[in-house]
Amino acid sequence: MDLKLAGRQATSAENAVIASVCPEAETVELAGRVIRLERNTHRHLLLPALAAVQSEIGWVSPGALEEICRRLHIPPAEAFGVASFYALISTEARPASVAHVCDDTACRAAGGAALLAGMDGRDDVISSPCLGQCDRRPAVLIQRAGEPDLVITGATREKVLAALAGATSATTDAPLVVGDRLLSRIGNTDPTSLDDFRAFGGFQALARALEMGPDEIITQLKASGLKGRGGAAFPTGVKWEAVRAQPPGPRVVVCNADESEPGTFKDRVVMEGDPFALIESITIAGFAVEADRGFLYIRGEYPLAHASLAHAIATSREAGFLGTDILGSGFDFDIELRKGQGAYICGEETALFNSIEGFRGEPRQKPPFPVQSGLFGLPTVINNVETLVNVPWVITEGGEAYSRIGTPDSTGTRLFCLSGDVAHPGVYEFESGRTLGEAIEAAGGPVGTPSFIMLGGAAGSLVSATNLDLKLTFEDSRAAGVSLGSGVIMLFNDGVDMKGIVRRIARFFRDESCGQCVPCRVGTQRVEEAVARSDGSIEAALIEDIDRAMKDASICGLGHTAAAVVRSAIALGIFGEAK
Amino acid sequence: MAVLGAGGGTSSYEEIENTDVILLWGSNARNAHPIFFHHLLKGVHNGARLYGIDPRRSESAQWADVWLGIDVGSDIALANAMAKVIIDEGLHRLTFIEHATTGFDAYAETVSSYTLERATEITGIPGEVIREMAIAYATADTAQICWTLGITEHHNATDNVLALISLALLTGQVGRYGSGLVPIRGQNNVQGGGDMGALPNKLPGFQDVEDDAFRGKFEALYGKTIPTQKGWHLTQMFEAMAAGKLRALYVIGENPAQSEADSAHTRNSLEKLDFMVVQDIFLTATAEMADVVLPAAADWAEAEGTVTSSERRVQRVRAALVPPGDARTDLHILSALAEAMGSGWGYPTAEDAWDELRSLSPPHAGMSYRRLEQMGGIQWPCPSEDHPGTLFLHSRLWDEDPVVDPAPFIPVEWAAPVDTLSDEFPLRMTTGRHLDGFNTGVQSGGFESPIRIGCTIDVSPEDADRLALVTGETVTVASRRGSIDAPVRIDSGLRPGLTFMALHYPDEVDINVLTIEAWDPKSGTAEFKATAIRIDKVDTLTAAGH
Repeated sequence: MDLKLAGRQATSAENAVIASVCPEAETVELAGRVIRLERNTHRHLLLPALAAVQSEIGWVSPGALEEICRRLHIPPAEAFGVASFYALISTEARPASVAHVCDDTACRAAGGAALLAGMDGRDDVISSPCLGQCDRRPAVLIQRAGEPDLVITGATREKVLAALAGATSATTDAPLVVGDRLLSRIGNTDPTSLDDFRAFGGFQALARALEMGPDEIITQLKASGLKGRGGAAFPTGVKWEAVRAQPPGPRVVVCNADESEPGTFKDRVVMEGDPFALIESITIAGFAVEADRGFLYIRGEYPLAHASLAHAIATSREAGFLGTDILGSGFDFDIELRKGQGAYICGEETALFNSIEGFRGEPRQKPPFPVQSGLFGLPTVINNVETLVNVPWVITEGGEAYSRIGTPDSTGTRLFCLSGDVAHPGVYEFESGRTLGEAIEAAGGPVGTPSFIMLGGAAGSLVSATNLDLKLTFEDSRAAGVSLGSGVIMLFNDGVDMKGIVRRIARFFRDESCGQCVPCRVGTQRVEEAVARSDGSIEAALIEDIDRAMKDASICGLGHTAAAVVRSAIALGIFGEAK
Repeated sequence: MAVLGAGGGTSSYEEIENTDVILLWGSNARNAHPIFFHHLLKGVHNGARLYGIDPRRSESAQWADVWLGIDVGSDIALANAMAKVIIDEGLHRLTFIEHATTGFDAYAETVSSYTLERATEITGIPGEVIREMAIAYATADTAQICWTLGITEHHNATDNVLALISLALLTGQVGRYGSGLVPIRGQNNVQGGGDMGALPNKLPGFQDVEDDAFRGKFEALYGKTIPTQKGWHLTQMFEAMAAGKLRALYVIGENPAQSEADSAHTRNSLEKLDFMVVQDIFLTATAEMADVVLPAAADWAEAEGTVTSSERRVQRVRAALVPPGDARTDLHILSALAEAMGSGWGYPTAEDAWDELRSLSPPHAGMSYRRLEQMGGIQWPCPSEDHPGTLFLHSRLWDEDPVVDPAPFIPVEWAAPVDTLSDEFPLRMTTGRHLDGFNTGVQSGGFESPIRIGCTIDVSPEDADRLALVTGETVTVASRRGSIDAPVRIDSGLRPGLTFMALHYPDEVDINVLTIEAWDPKSGTAEFKATAIRIDKVDTLTAAGH
C-alpha cells in the first residue's frame, strides 16, 4: 500500500531486530521491473515486533516504528496508536534499564509507595500497577535493553539500584503454594522437566481425551459443572459446545493468561511451576473444538512464567505432544505464545483478540460473541489459565466425580490469592464451600488487627473484616452482593491507609480505561477526582451517578466495575459520612 | 467500447468488490479516481489478486500483488503476448468465441508473432511474469480490466483499448457478473456528457448522427434539420482553427488553453478565432482570451439535473444554493441564447429537458425523475418504466440463442510512441495526477492542501545520481517543442530513464509546452503520456552561455 512515511531511518541494530520478526514487505525482481507485495496478512506481528524492539533496544524510535510499518504495511499513525497504548513500550528515548515499582494495593502499604517516593526524580523509575507478586511484596519489574526482564520481590532500594546497575543475582524467593489437585505438582516437580511432569500423571488426560473424542469430552465437561474462573463463571462445557456447533471451518483456542487484576497471582504460580499442565489443557481444548491453533497470551510483567511456558511448548513439540499427528491420533495442533505489553484491559477477552491481531487493545462490541467470531474473526474458545488446568481433572476422573467436589453450584476446587496482612501469603487451593475466615486461618491468620478485606480484586469489592462467615462459592458471594472475581483475598489491618488504597484503585482505573467509551474515559477520571477531594466526607451521590452511567454505557466490564470498590468503601464508611 | 455496441464501462462498482482478478492497467486510480479505488480496495480486501501495469510504481501500483513496470507505450505488445500465451495454453474460451465473437482467426494470427521474448524486448517485463498474469486472468472465475489515461493518452489510444477488449473476448471475461472492461471516468459526469450526445458523431443515447433513421427521429421532434455529417472532434477542431477554417468557438466548462498538448500551438490557434464565447464557473485562462464570458452556475450545487457515473448510473442532483451574482445555470443560458435567436423554446425546467431526452434516447426511456429519486439512481439501459436498470452490459454475449450482434476481434499491432528517444532527448517523460489536484487546477489550485507538492520533475534515484540532481533544485526540462523550468523531486517509484510531471499547475509550470500533439486519429486523444525530454542543470546552461 502507499504508506506515507516520513523517511526516518532505523538504525542497523533496530533493523536486525525488526527483520527477525517481520518478513520483507515485497520482493523486487529484475532490477525493479516487477515487484511482488506480501499482502497485508502480517498485522498480527505488530505487537511482537514492537516488543522485540523495546526489549532489545530499550525504546521504539520513530525510525524503528517506520521500518515496522514499511514491512507490515501499517500506516504509522495506527502503529503509533498501538505502541503508545502499552505501558511497557516506550515511544520516547529513556535509560536502558527502567524499574517499574509497584505501588498498587498490596505493595503500597508494604514499602512500595515509600520505595517509589524515595527514588522520586529518577528518570529510570516508574510507578507501576499491580505486578502480580502480592505474595512477596513489594515487587519491582526491571526492563533491561538487550537483556531479559527481571522481577524483584521483597524489593528494597538497594536491590533495585543494584539491578538498575546491572546485577542479576537471585531476585525472587519461591512462592508459597498450598493445594492437593491443581497445585499438586508445584514444588514437587521440576517445571522444566517433561519427564517429571509425565511421572506425576502429565499428558495422561490428553491421551484419554484423544480416545474419548470431542463429543464425549464436552459431555463430561458439562457434567462436571466446571465454570470459568476468570470472573464471569460461565459454564465451560457450554462454551466449548457452542464453538463446536459452529459451521465447519477453522477455529482457535485462546488461553487468557493476561492475569492483571490487582491482587491476583495464582495463574502466574501455575505457569511458573507447572507449565506443561497448561499446554496439555489447551491441547485438549483444541481437540474438543477441532481447532488447529492455540494462542497463549501472557501478560508482559511475567518474565519467569513466559520463559517457563516457552520452554514447555518447545519441549512438548519435540516430544510429539504438539505439532502434527499428536500421539498418533491424527490430530494436528500447535500453540503460539504471545506476550502482552502492560495493559490491564487486554485481560478482557475481545481486547485480548485485538491485541493479538495488532490493534489497540480495545474491547469489541458483543455480539458477536467469541464462540462465533473471536480471534481473527474465527470461532474461538477463550478460557483463563485456572479454568483450563481443571480440564485434565475432569477428563481423568470423569465429569460426574468432579461435580461431587465442592458445592452443587460451585464444583471443584478454586485457587485463592491470599495476600496483604496475613501471616503466610500465597496461593491456596480450597474445595468450594470454605468460608472466608477458614481461608484466612489457612494462611496463618491475620497480622495485626484486621479491618477490611478486598475480595475479587480492584474490580471486586471491599468487605468488613468481620465478614468471616461468607462462604467462598459463586452462589454465596452473589447472594452477599460481592464477587470472588479472580480469587483475590487481600487483608488490610487497621494500620493501613484505606483512603490511600481506594485512591490508588481509582487512579488504576483512570489509567487503565482504554478510552473507547466516553462514560468510562471521563467517568474514571471524575471518580478519581471525587475520591481525591474527599476530606472526611465524599460525594457519594455523584459517584453513584457516574457509576450508573459507566454501567449503562460502557461496552466492557472495566467500565461496569470501575467504581465498585469506591462505592463499597463509601458504604463501609471509609470516607466517613457521605455528602 | 464501440466494439461491444455501447460507449461505457461494462460493470458496476459492486462487481469489482466481488471479482477474483483485477488488471489495473495504465491507471493511478488511487490518486486520480479515489472513489473508484475505494471500491477496488474492497475487492482486494475480499481477496482479489491485483496486477498493476504501469511504468511508474505509483500509489496505486503499490497496492498490487504484482506490479509490472512496463515501458511507456508498450501496452499492445504486452496484451498481445498475453493473448498468445492464453491461446498456446488452450485457455481461451472456444465455445464463447464461436458463439459470441467474430474474427478470431485473424486475431490469433496477429498475436502469434508476439512471443514472450519479443514482448520482453518491447515492454521490459520478464516473460514468466507476463505468462503468470495471462494465466491468472484467463483462469479466474471472474476478472476485470480497468484502465484510464495510461491507455488512452497515446497516439494509438484506440488500438490500446482494442487490445484489452480482445483479451476479454478471448477469455469470456465480459458480460458476466464480476467480469468486465472498466474505463474509469475522471469526473462525476464524463459518462453523462457522452450519453447526452456531446460527441461529434453521436446524438443522445449513442445514436449515430449519420444514420437517417436516428436523425429523422430527432428532426421530427425538433422540427429542424440536423447536419447529415458528423462534426470535428477536439483535435480536428484545433487543426481547423490553425488552418483558419474554424472561426468561432463556444466553450462550455473546458479550459483548452491549458489542458491541450503543445499549449503554445493551442493558444496560437485560439488567438486566430474571430469570436470566442466561454461559459464557465471560473474565469479560466481560456476565458481570459474570450470575447464574451458567460458566468455559469455550479452544476453540483446551484442547478437541477442529473449526472451519470462511470457505472452508467444516472443520479439526480439538486440545487442547494442560489447562484451568485449574474451567474445562471447552463440550461438557462442556453435557453436564453436560443430565445434570442428566436427559437421559441421558452425556459424549460431540467425535468422538461430530461423528459424530452427520454422520449428520444431508448436507454434512458424508463428513468423518470420520480424513479431516479425512488431508486437512488438507475443504471442504463433502462428502456421502460418497469425496467430495473442494468447492472452490467453485454450479457447478450452469453445468450443461449445465436448472438444477434457478435463482438468482433479487432487485431492491432504495437507501435512505438511517436516522440522517440534520442541522444539529445534521452529520457521518457510521462504525465499524471496528484491526489489533491484536478485537471488544470482551476478547481483545485485555489485551496491549501497539506499534501500539495506542486509541479516537479520527478526523476529516479539512479538518474538523479547520474545527473547530480538534488531534491528541490530547479532544472530545465526540454523536449523537441520547448523547455520549462521545474524543481527536481526524486521518486523511488521511477525506473532509470523514466520521469514524471503532474499536470495540475499550468500557471506555474506549463508542461504542455513539452508534450507532443500527436493524436489518435480514431479517438482524437493526444499522446500526453510519452514525451522525449532532456534535463539540464540550470548552472550548466548559464555556464554554456544559454
